[in-house]
Amino acid sequence: MGKIKSLADLKNLKTDLQSKIDLREKGDSPEKLVQIKVAMATCGIASGAKEIMDFMIDELDKQSINSVVTQTGCMGYCYAEPTIEVTLPDSEPIVFGYVDNNRATEIIEKYIKKGEIVEGVLPVNYETID
Amino acid sequence: MVKNKINILVCGGTGCRASNGETIIDNFKQEIEKNGLEGQVSVVTTGCFGFCEKGPIVKIMPDNTFYTQVKPEDVKEIIEEHVIKGRRVTRLLYEDPETKEHISDSKHMGFYRKQIRIALRNCGFINPEIIDEYIARDGYVALGSCLTEKTPQEVIDEIKLSGLRGRGGGGFPTGLKWEFASKNKADQKYVVCNADEGDPGAFMDRSILEGDPHTVLEAMAICGYCIGATKGVIYIRAEYPLAIERLKIAINQAREYGLLGEKLFGSDFDFDIELKYGAGAFVCGEETALIHSMEGERGEPTVKPPFPAESGYKGKPSNVNNVETFANIPVILNKGANWFNKIGTEKSKGTKVFALAGKVNNVGLIEVPMGTTLREVIFEIGGGIKDNKQFKAVQTGGPSGGCLTSSFLDTPIDYDNLIAAGSMMGSGGMIVMDEDNCMVSVAKFYLEFTCEESCGKCVPCRIGNKRLLEILTKITKGEGTMDDLYKLKNLSNVIKDTSLCGLGQTSPNPVLSTLDNFWDEYVAHVEEKRCPAAECRALLHYIIDPEKCVGCTACARACPAGAISGTVKQAHSIDLSKCIQCGACMEKCKFGAISRK
Repeated sequence: MGKIKSLADLKNLKTDLQSKIDLREKGDSPEKLVQIKVAMATCGIASGAKEIMDFMIDELDKQSINSVVTQTGCMGYCYAEPTIEVTLPDSEPIVFGYVDNNRATEIIEKYIKKGEIVEGVLPVNYETID
Repeated sequence: MVKNKINILVCGGTGCRASNGETIIDNFKQEIEKNGLEGQVSVVTTGCFGFCEKGPIVKIMPDNTFYTQVKPEDVKEIIEEHVIKGRRVTRLLYEDPETKEHISDSKHMGFYRKQIRIALRNCGFINPEIIDEYIARDGYVALGSCLTEKTPQEVIDEIKLSGLRGRGGGGFPTGLKWEFASKNKADQKYVVCNADEGDPGAFMDRSILEGDPHTVLEAMAICGYCIGATKGVIYIRAEYPLAIERLKIAINQAREYGLLGEKLFGSDFDFDIELKYGAGAFVCGEETALIHSMEGERGEPTVKPPFPAESGYKGKPSNVNNVETFANIPVILNKGANWFNKIGTEKSKGTKVFALAGKVNNVGLIEVPMGTTLREVIFEIGGGIKDNKQFKAVQTGGPSGGCLTSSFLDTPIDYDNLIAAGSMMGSGGMIVMDEDNCMVSVAKFYLEFTCEESCGKCVPCRIGNKRLLEILTKITKGEGTMDDLYKLKNLSNVIKDTSLCGLGQTSPNPVLSTLDNFWDEYVAHVEEKRCPAAECRALLHYIIDPEKCVGCTACARACPAGAISGTVKQAHSIDLSKCIQCGACMEKCKFGAISRK
C-alpha cells in the first residue's frame, strides 16, 4: 500500500475497502460465510475472550465452516463478558453473552449450523451513528 | 444451513419477568408442541431489551417483528397468525405516540433506543488493529477535508458551534480551548491527549483507545492543524498495556499510510504522535501535573495562569484534551456542528459515555445523549437494581463527585444539573448503591483514595484529607461524636477553598454530599452507635434467637473466635465481647435463628 497523498486518494481507498468488505459479506458463497466478532478489550480478554476466539477458530475450522472470526473493541456489555457477535448470511447480527466453551459449541451446533437461537442473546440496546 | 427457521425471543429482564414473562415462555412452548412445530420454531429467553415500560417484549426472528405488552393469552394468536400464517398481529405492535402508526421493526422505533454511540461508534464494530476497517468507516476523511478545504479558524469555529465541552470532567468548551492555544505564537506547540484515566471504576477512555485508537490519532492531528502544532503526545498510564499496544500499532499503520508524518494529504502540514507513559497517579489527570510528569518532573500541579495554552509542555503553548473529547471531533466535522448540537441539552451538547457499575443488573459501558435522566440510565439501560433491592444513591464524578439520592432520579444529566445537585459529571464513572451500602463507608472509601493519591504539595489537601479520613474512620467504629460531624463539614469547606488544584478542591465532595443527603445516617452512627445499612462491622451485633435455635452446633463450629457456646440440642448464645462480627455463623445457620443488628 502506497502513501495517501490527497483526500481523493483516501476516498478511493475507502470505496475500495468498502467493496472488499461487501465482497466478504456477499461474496462467492453467500449462503455459507459466517462472520463472528469477539469483543476483546482488556475486560473481555480477562474474562476469557481470547480462549473463546481460539476455540471458535479451531472448531469452525475443524468442521470446515466457511467463516471469518475477528476481534473488536468493547461492546459495552460488561455484565455478560465474554461477548461475541454472530452474523449469519442474510441475517441481522446477533450478540451472545456469557460465552464459555459449552455455549460456544452450542452456538456453532445450533445457531450457526441450524439457525436455531440459543440462550444468552443480548438485545442491542443502542444506536450507532454511521 | 436451514432456512426460514423461526426464533421467538422473549425478554428475560426483571421487568418483563415480573409481568408474566415466564408464563409467556411456557405458553409458547406448549403452543409449539400442540401445532407440531418443534424443530422449526424455537423459544429463547434474552437479556433486557431496555424497553421495560412496554414489557413484556416478544421479538420474532428473522423478520424482526417486535411485539410489546404481550400477555400469556396472546401467545396462541401469535403462533397461529404470525408463525403459521405469516400475518403480523397488529394490535400487539408498538404504536408510535405521535403518528399513531403501528411499527413492527424495532429499528424504526426512535425513542426505544436510549443510547446513541458517537464516541464509541467503532468500539465493538471494527477490528482496532486494522486501519482499513477504520478508513472504511470514514476514518481520516475529517482530517483530509480540514487540511485541504478549511482554514484552521474555520475548523475551530465549527467545533465552537458544535458546543462540545471537555469530557474529562471540567466541561470547558473545547473550541474555545483550541482557539486560545492557536492565538499564542511560538516556534513549537504541542497537542496532548490526556489518557490518564484514574477514577476508581471508570474505563471509558481505555475502551475507546482499545476499540478505536485511530479516532484519537485523527482528532489530535486535526487539533494540531488548528492550533499550529506539529507534535502530539499521548500521556497514558502504564497500567493500560493493551491500549498502549493498540495505539502503537495504530500509529505505525497511520505512518505507513502517510496519515501521520510529513506533508499530510499533500498539504504543508506535518504531524506526528508519540506516547508517554504515566505511572498511574490520579493527580496527573490535572493538566499542569500531567505536563510536569511528561517532562520527567514530579507529577505535581502548579498555579494557573499560566494556562497550558500559553506555557505548557516544555514551556510551549499546548492544548490538552481528554480521550473521549477527541473521539467526538471527527464525527462533528464529518456530520457538521449543527447535527451535533441538536443532540443534548441547551448547555451540554452531544453524548456522554458512562461506566455504569455497582448494584445494577446490567453493568456496562453506555453512551447516552446529554439530558437523559438518571432513572432512564439506571432502571432502563441498567435494568434496575440487583436482587430487587431498593435504590439508595448514585455516585457520579468519582472521588471528586457526590452521591445523589432518589429525589434526583429525574434530573436530566448534564454538566450544570449535576453541579447544581451537588455532584459533578466527572469523567463518567457512575456507581449505583442500594440499601445495603453505608454512606459513611462510601465517603470513607473515596477519602482513602484521595489520601493515597494526594501529591502532598499543599497542606489543606495533604493534611486536611487525612484528618477527614480519621474522623470518618472513628465514626464507622462507633466512636464519633456530634461535634465530629460539624468538624467534618467545616474542614471540608476549608479544604475546598484553600487547595491549589482540582484534586484538593473537590476531594471533600463525597463527604459533603453524603452529609447533606444522608445526615440521619451519620447521626445514627454517632448517637445510636448503629449502622442502618449494616455494613460497618464494628457496629454490628449478632444475636441468636433462642426460640428458633435447635442447637445443631453448626454456628459454634463455624465461629473462628470461639464466641458461641451452648450444648447440643439446646439454644446457643453469642458472647459479644469475643465476637469479631465476621458473619460466618449467620451463613451457616439453616434455621434463620441468627440475626444482625
